[in-house]
Amino acid sequence: MNFAADFAGILLGGLAAGTVLFIVSVGLSVTMGLMGFVNLAHGAFAMFGGYIVVLAMNRAHFGFAVALALGFIATAALSVVLERFLYRRLYRAGELDQVLFTIGLIFIFIASMTIVVGPESQTLQLPPALGGQLNLGFIQYRTYSIFLIVVGFAIALGIWLTFERTRIGGQIRATVDNRRMAESLGINVDRLFTITFAFGSGMAAIGGGLGAEFLGLDPQYPLKYLVYFLIVVSVGGLGSVIGVYYAALILGVLDFVLTLYLPKGGTIFIYVLTILILLARPQGLFGRKEL
Amino acid sequence: MSAAVSPAGEASVAAGIDNPAARVLMQRHRFRWWEALPWIAAIVSYFAFPDYLGFGTDLLVTILFALSLDLALGYAGIITLGHAAFFGAGAYTVGMLASYNIWTEPITSLLLAALAAAAIGVLSGLVLLRTKGLTLLMLTLCTMALLEQAANMAHAYTGGFDGLPSLPIAPVFGVFEFNPLYADTQYLFALGVLLVCFLFVRTLVYSPFGQSLTGIRENVLRMHAIGSPVRRRLIVCYAISAALAGIAGGLWAQTNAYVNLSTLGLDRAATVLIVLILGGYGRLYGAFIGAVVYLALEHFLAQIYPTAWQLGLGLLLVLIALFARNGILGLGETLWRRYRAKRTAP
Repeated sequence: MNFAADFAGILLGGLAAGTVLFIVSVGLSVTMGLMGFVNLAHGAFAMFGGYIVVLAMNRAHFGFAVALALGFIATAALSVVLERFLYRRLYRAGELDQVLFTIGLIFIFIASMTIVVGPESQTLQLPPALGGQLNLGFIQYRTYSIFLIVVGFAIALGIWLTFERTRIGGQIRATVDNRRMAESLGINVDRLFTITFAFGSGMAAIGGGLGAEFLGLDPQYPLKYLVYFLIVVSVGGLGSVIGVYYAALILGVLDFVLTLYLPKGGTIFIYVLTILILLARPQGLFGRKEL
Repeated sequence: MSAAVSPAGEASVAAGIDNPAARVLMQRHRFRWWEALPWIAAIVSYFAFPDYLGFGTDLLVTILFALSLDLALGYAGIITLGHAAFFGAGAYTVGMLASYNIWTEPITSLLLAALAAAAIGVLSGLVLLRTKGLTLLMLTLCTMALLEQAANMAHAYTGGFDGLPSLPIAPVFGVFEFNPLYADTQYLFALGVLLVCFLFVRTLVYSPFGQSLTGIRENVLRMHAIGSPVRRRLIVCYAISAALAGIAGGLWAQTNAYVNLSTLGLDRAATVLIVLILGGYGRLYGAFIGAVVYLALEHFLAQIYPTAWQLGLGLLLVLIALFARNGILGLGETLWRRYRAKRTAP
């Protein structure tokens, strides 16, 4: 293969991974922006959704799309229950309590998954239409990666339009900018938060399902990728869809390149870059609000 | 002289002060009888449970590590997710010095470990402690991950993922050898180190410096307003905390005779946070209670039912975050106060 094709291949692989990171993290960014809640357990929702998707396909033989929808609904429902009964009590608590609480949730998710499904890694069988190679003219590449990139772009566009053009999007932006003012203008922040929390968790579930094929899916998932989700959100900026999209794509490509060329410890550059960005811009690349 | 009329006693006379605030501080600093209990328990355990000295050594190291975190988190209110960075720095300092036969004397090795960790603490503190909240959390996490990957990258020196095995450690005082089969020396050495470090921390938190840290935690604006050099105080506190964590890490490397990447990982950082908060932070003895409860549960439950242990731990954390934010000690204090109130009530 020549250099250009190599380069394109790496770029596409990285973009596909970044897309999954975006789909998982976007909800976390919005909910953290709204409430300032440090939710380390967001990856647990991605794992839960991923398991629903994989099990629905492998055991109940649903189609990929149906399984994804099922994962979205089940995870969103679960997250509403948790938000109503548990998260809600800690909105006014300090970060330390929130960290502790969400670490506890992660452990509960990990243990429950191990008990119910088992400690082994789950494999996702892609539908045949997405399994092969696609000829892009200048390069042959995996159909699934292209599919992910396209889907991710559509989702990003959809969420961005919702943010910029709809009433609820305006309410979310207003609340992220100034919660007290938004509340006194009559925006029901509690309800807004429940809706975005459920939607964000549902998106995480879809991300978990879409990424299961190459990120793997086992009970340790929420801890394994925790740092990456947090980096995407903090670098992108709280409550900023575009920021999270860019940050996720950059992180995906960087991680892909570094693990390819520097398999031992190459990811050090990701951490250095994150530290530098956060020191220069504590609100993230596109954020309007200090973390 | 006011000595004859002063009820505060000789201590305040020596310092030439007599006012209620000084008296309260002095009183808090005074040793109480029950403060001897942990040390008596440690010595009794040495004779009573000779088969568990390895476990006991782990326990002492964990207490020291949690104590170091208590200084930063409990007293100064620096919320960090990356305290294992300093533990690992200390462990690798001791480990690499021993592995390449540069320096194997245990006590001075620990001092070097403290210096190395403190240096990292000052350097990272200079930049990190400008931030707060989630940014600070992320930056401490990333600093630790960065060190972990650096240790992984420099595998020619650090052994990479496999670490450095069978470290040669010189006998303590040139006499007492570290025996991998019988942990007698390790246990007593760790106990001695912990005692020295604890007395240091105890003196520190009751000193004016420690009081100003508490002030920064409680109301940073007011501390700025009264002219306290907030950032310098925080950096110094972070460096001292790092040095103590480094000693704990070095001690871990010495008593286990190896060092690996697990000393730098998120697992260790999360565990020490859990231990401290379980016991109760900002209380000195929270580290002791938390470490004993956590390690005992882990030791006896996790071996048999690892999944149930994780589930139970998760539930415990959720319950603490929701209902018992001051940990076991805080819970005990509340119950004790209620009991006292009931007894004194008519």
